[in-house]
Amino acid sequence: MTETLNVTVDRRDGLAVIYTEGYINNQGGEEIAKVAYKLLEEGYKILLLNLAGTKIVNSIGISILIEIIEKMLEIDGKLGFCCLTPTIEKTFHIMGLAQYAPIYSDEASAVAQIRA
Amino acid sequence: MSEGVLREVTLALPMVPEMEIEASKTATAIAESIRMSPDRIDEVRMAVVEACINALEHSRSSDQEVFVTFQVLGDPDPEKLRIMVKDHGIGFSSSEVKEEPKGGPMGGKIKGPQKRGWGLKIIHGLMDEVEIHSGADGTTVVMSKMR
Repeated sequence: MTETLNVTVDRRDGLAVIYTEGYINNQGGEEIAKVAYKLLEEGYKILLLNLAGTKIVNSIGISILIEIIEKMLEIDGKLGFCCLTPTIEKTFHIMGLAQYAPIYSDEASAVAQIRA
Repeated sequence: MSEGVLREVTLALPMVPEMEIEASKTATAIAESIRMSPDRIDEVRMAVVEACINALEHSRSSDQEVFVTFQVLGDPDPEKLRIMVKDHGIGFSSSEVKEEPKGGPMGGKIKGPQKRGWGLKIIHGLMDEVEIHSGADGTTVVMSKMR
């Protein structure tokens, strides 16, 4: 049994939304990182991770998301999250991610606010 | 309040990737059977995943197995779900586990030796009661959540 993660991207004006579907473990986290770093190379400095399709994450996957946040801070970019389950949001708070990457309830408000 | 064991299920998981998902599926089924709320079930699943990953990744168990026991407690009705994740590995001491990197997660990389600490921190944050017993004959994480 494999719980693979599917990652898709919607490129918009100055902003890219990354959609995930599936389990964010070490492989899933690496897949997101690969996509995020490619977007940085393309010039996108504002990334939004929409986790509506992800119901479970683990600490190894989250540690990779933290590396992406660190990278974004280095280049003066922004990474935000939206559409998290209550448990994933609680876990992000436990791990301290929420201090460095904003969490939005839905994509529309995230897109409106993250550019500000 | 009495806490008799109403039901018990034990899984023996081989140490191969993603076995934690099998444990989380069983946790979900048992939690649903006692009508735990969906948000609380999600928290149980996440805690089970973290406890299993710690055992799978760090225990160095000679028998290459992780045992996960689920107990439904209560009398006469289900009141609590208790989960025990046990390995026969080398154990660890609290000094080996840093609860949090200095300066929070962004103050230091959390990969490598920090990972077990993060898993335990998540488990403590999501479950109502957590006990950890670790020694030369292995580690057992005992965690409970009220229905």
